Amino acid sequence: MNTILSIRDLRKSYADGFEALKGVTLDIREGEILALLGPNGAGKTTLISTVCGITTPSSGSVTVGGHDIQADFRAARRMIGLVPQEIALEPFEKVMNTVRFSRGLFGKRADDGRIEEVLRKLSLWDKRRNAIKELSGGMKRRVLIAKALAHDPRVLFLDEPTAGVDVELRKDMWDIVAELKAAGVTIILTTHYIEEAEAIADRIGVINKGELLLVEDKAKLMARMGKKHLSVMLSRPITAIPPALARHNLELNGAGDELLYTYDTHADRTGITKLLNDVAEAGLVLRDVATRQSSLEEIFVTLVKGETP
Amino acid sequence: MNWAAIAAIYRFEMARFFRTLTQSFISPVLSTSLYFVVFGTAIGSRIQEIEGVSYGAFIVPGLVMLSVVMLAISNASFGIYFPKFLGTIYELLSAPVNFIEIVIGYVGAAATKALFVGVVILVTASFFVELRIEHPLAMVAFLVLTCLSFSLLGFIIGIWASNFEQMSLVPQLVVTPLIFLGGTFYSISMLPPVWQTITLFNPVVYLISGFRWSFYGLADVPVALSLLAIAAFTGLCLAVIGWIFRTGWRIRN
Repeated sequence: MNTILSIRDLRKSYADGFEALKGVTLDIREGEILALLGPNGAGKTTLISTVCGITTPSSGSVTVGGHDIQADFRAARRMIGLVPQEIALEPFEKVMNTVRFSRGLFGKRADDGRIEEVLRKLSLWDKRRNAIKELSGGMKRRVLIAKALAHDPRVLFLDEPTAGVDVELRKDMWDIVAELKAAGVTIILTTHYIEEAEAIADRIGVINKGELLLVEDKAKLMARMGKKHLSVMLSRPITAIPPALARHNLELNGAGDELLYTYDTHADRTGITKLLNDVAEAGLVLRDVATRQSSLEEIFVTLVKGETP
Repeated sequence: MNWAAIAAIYRFEMARFFRTLTQSFISPVLSTSLYFVVFGTAIGSRIQEIEGVSYGAFIVPGLVMLSVVMLAISNASFGIYFPKFLGTIYELLSAPVNFIEIVIGYVGAAATKALFVGVVILVTASFFVELRIEHPLAMVAFLVLTCLSFSLLGFIIGIWASNFEQMSLVPQLVVTPLIFLGGTFYSISMLPPVWQTITLFNPVVYLISGFRWSFYGLADVPVALSLLAIAAFTGLCLAVIGWIFRTGWRIRN
């Protein structure tokens, strides 16, 4: 796949000496969904703002579709749509007019047919004559997306698109993202919700304290870092782990009726057979057995804490 | 040039004006009528004529300038401050537009609104007094230049302001006194000699004097000096805006 967005050693420091970005290098492939994960203040929004032209970089370079964001800012910015984190809309303006404004601002000729398509896709067509202030929070977020899509961008930045929205709308938002991806739009989204990244991203980038800790295919990341847990449910609770099982590093959970075994799916031997044999030899009776993969959230916490990936 | 963007900004700003068209129309008509009642009738009955022009007619150019200057400043400052206040400025900053296009869009719209109000006041005034315009081309030129230059000043104020109080600071503390002391309601020749000299340091004097000349051929200062003053003021505003453009002052991080 072609690289559509290329970020090279991007740095941003402020007058007070704070370094928001400490040399970020990242290539984004055309048509992919990249999720940028990171705690508050990690530099996610600064990275997006710098690529979009809201913040001036201290050093480094960014190209969008081969166009430098500073030397050739018009061509670069025409390719980008931005949905900001905060809902920022002129309250008295009508939905249709504010989307028309966005299209014009990006140098596109007026095309109400195209705007109708965008508004219909986002279930906003019925609200086109409403003033923004009459809309619910979720609808306002859709208007922000409509504005960002009004000029048919090839790259769409979604800065925490589902922060503070209800579950239903979040699912709607994921559907919209999936449709855009199907239409060939490259999407970069930042999020706090790991389940969101897990559900929709192709690749995951983890950013913390202005540094990109890693970028990897979601599936590979999960596979590489994912530990599996085997839960052995016992018929009768026990008070302590029998000495015969000590070598398996088990945890005794619940009311003493669950033994939890953690193993690596990529190891030559998972040790499961041996464990189950030892459990039987210790005279414990099994009620149930279940396995569970560790979530992206656990992986993320491990990374941000600075432990080796 | 991204003409589509300039047109989009201009239309968006004008839409705000048309949403409140009644207020935009009634307010200047009412305030002009009040000025005529208070200054034209009450004071005019004692002053009668200034250099052959009835007092009511004499104050018309000053009244137009007073409203046009204040409106140009408030429209332009509000136009650019509001997106900063609401956060919608992100869209301007991330759009393929340069600062010149942004200025043309916002200042153009603010100047148009001020011009509209200027014309409304002139028409209203014509119902109260007999208006005479000796140099119509010069009148239009002065009016348009004033709308543009003070819209530029308003744009600078809007960029500079970080709250609503600051927005009204310059218009109320600087511009209003300068206009009232700039010969709106009197001829400078009516002042004692010392004050006549001091008044010459007030830039608004040149503006009102030139504008009044285009109506009645009366001027407190030479017309060329008036034109020079307004050209210099426009140039100064453009220079400041150019500097803001280069540095991204108060706009871009």
